Amino acid sequence: MARKRPRLAVWKFSSCDGCQLSLLDCEDDLLAIAERVEIAQFLEASRATAPGPYDLSLVEGSISTPEEIERIKAIRMQSRHLITLGACATAGGIQALRNLREFDQVLASVYAHPDYIDALATATPVSDHVEVDFELRGCPVNKGQLLEVLNAFLNGRPPNVSTYSQCIECKRSGTVCVMVAKGQPCLGPVTQAGCGNVCPACGRGCYGCFGPAEQANTGALSDQLAALGMTERAVRQYYRLFNNNAPAFREESKRHE
Amino acid sequence: MQADGSNPARVIFKEGLQVLLDRLKAAGYQVIGPTVREGAIVYRPIDTVAALPAGIVDEQAPGRYRLGEIRVGEQRPLFAHVVGPDSWKRWLHPPQQLMWRAERKKRGIVFVSASAGGQPPRALLGVRACEIAAMRIQDRVLAEGEWPDAGYRERRKGVFIVAVNCGRAGGSCFCASMGMGPEVTEGFDLALTEQVDAESHRFVVTAGSPSGQRFLDVLPGQPASEEALRRAREQTAKTAAHMGREMPADAGSVLRASLDHPHWEAVAGRCLHCGNCTMVCPTCFCTSMEERTALDGKGTERWRQWDSCFNASFSYLHGGPIRNSGAARYRQWLTHKLAHWEAQFGTAGCSGCGRCVTWCPVGIDITEEVRALGTPQETMRHDGG
Repeated sequence: MARKRPRLAVWKFSSCDGCQLSLLDCEDDLLAIAERVEIAQFLEASRATAPGPYDLSLVEGSISTPEEIERIKAIRMQSRHLITLGACATAGGIQALRNLREFDQVLASVYAHPDYIDALATATPVSDHVEVDFELRGCPVNKGQLLEVLNAFLNGRPPNVSTYSQCIECKRSGTVCVMVAKGQPCLGPVTQAGCGNVCPACGRGCYGCFGPAEQANTGALSDQLAALGMTERAVRQYYRLFNNNAPAFREESKRHE
Repeated sequence: MQADGSNPARVIFKEGLQVLLDRLKAAGYQVIGPTVREGAIVYRPIDTVAALPAGIVDEQAPGRYRLGEIRVGEQRPLFAHVVGPDSWKRWLHPPQQLMWRAERKKRGIVFVSASAGGQPPRALLGVRACEIAAMRIQDRVLAEGEWPDAGYRERRKGVFIVAVNCGRAGGSCFCASMGMGPEVTEGFDLALTEQVDAESHRFVVTAGSPSGQRFLDVLPGQPASEEALRRAREQTAKTAAHMGREMPADAGSVLRASLDHPHWEAVAGRCLHCGNCTMVCPTCFCTSMEERTALDGKGTERWRQWDSCFNASFSYLHGGPIRNSGAARYRQWLTHKLAHWEAQFGTAGCSGCGRCVTWCPVGIDITEEVRALGTPQETMRHDGG
């Protein structure tokens, strides 16, 4: 008996499209996925769309406008499973920096006519608005982890996505610690593994693209960053990158205001 | 000294060391040795003596590692460094390993065991006394128990060990206080003691196995004089007297008596629980398993990878992690390493190499932590971990 292929939809909210590009970047693997699922909606790949309901929705981007709140609710209602992709969808993204400021000032500093703009004062993760089945971190997401999440979904098992620190990945791969061997600041000890230790392998510190690791002890890391010569301001800004609105990073940055 | 009173040790020079590498390769060994990468001395495959860290010395302190230069006259010593972020476990108990694969066939599921073979036997060059001690500790865990790890046993059985007596102790070294170094006394095939002065650069070589002796007998050089052997012993004794750190003698009993000490919370406040200490530790052996299924569901592979007791998920049982605080995890690691390992495997689980001290990003020093835990204080409330 031929089983009906699960229907997949890919959605974009406030974001740069980089996570969707990671999916396109899967190339041959994407073809294998396309054999196993019906791609019902993926505007970055095809303008052909099909109506819901969907078995799996992949969502990129943060919720930043009133329209997006309504749209994500509608998508949730049409989706059996909903997985968010990337720093924007899981933590609010770089645009969540506006959450720390007066929104009117932010608007006025960017747009000649702020009154034309209908946006929320905050950029927030999808999980603040609807129930999310799994959050895949990264700015952008890692191709291998994205395939793993799709693979796990297709095979009905939990994905192998670890929540421990970036250091575990560096040490397994034999990358030398830039903090200990070069005195460079690095967010790796408080950042979730998964990127493939991209930055430390190039001799520079981690920027925290994959968000806080489980039970991250950011306070202890900040003390060490200061000992390595970072100013209070630099420490604050270090946590205010792509995952600035992830609770552990947000609270630690506020400690350095 | 042999039974007939003759002294089989030899003195060789850098050329002789290259001959040794060539002969090991000719005998089918892949030679792994210390070499500089990314600002540190790591263990990687090497072909020539030129790949060794000539004239390089490592300055180590808690949370700090830097390479510097060292010259003795015009000579550049090859083994002036101590140990770096790699340990030999990278080669004997690798970070990732395929255990088996399974395929879904018409008649059912077929399991295929992943062969431990397919890799050449390895010659490990520049192995220190603390590292031999660490291998012996892992042997008890991985090869000598009721359920030996076949892959580890095969890799371990095939290794040829060229050890080095440390001519210098590093800032984080404390092997002497653990009784595990710095003199190489057992578990090696050849042992080198590097002797460098303004006039010459030579290695006193002794054999620790019949196989080592066969290699030694044909190395170009000269028989070692009693004087050369005495100087080698003196040099190693001097290293022992200059350890960067010292583990308190009664560490195991201190820890057993301090399970409720408030200092566990204090150290947890500094600990990043990033897991670096366990990754660089040459005796930490913990792993976790992962299923990697084929997209079409027709096959799966089971992979094993290094894991750490500092990861909350590592102690996950039904309902949540059983060690859910940094204090509980730090205590688990330190008490296992220095106290409970003894009850479990008959030795301490620490060889005093100091890697966990140097490579902790915030420089937590286990010798200092044991000292603090040995200082009586009001006992802390048990956190259930």
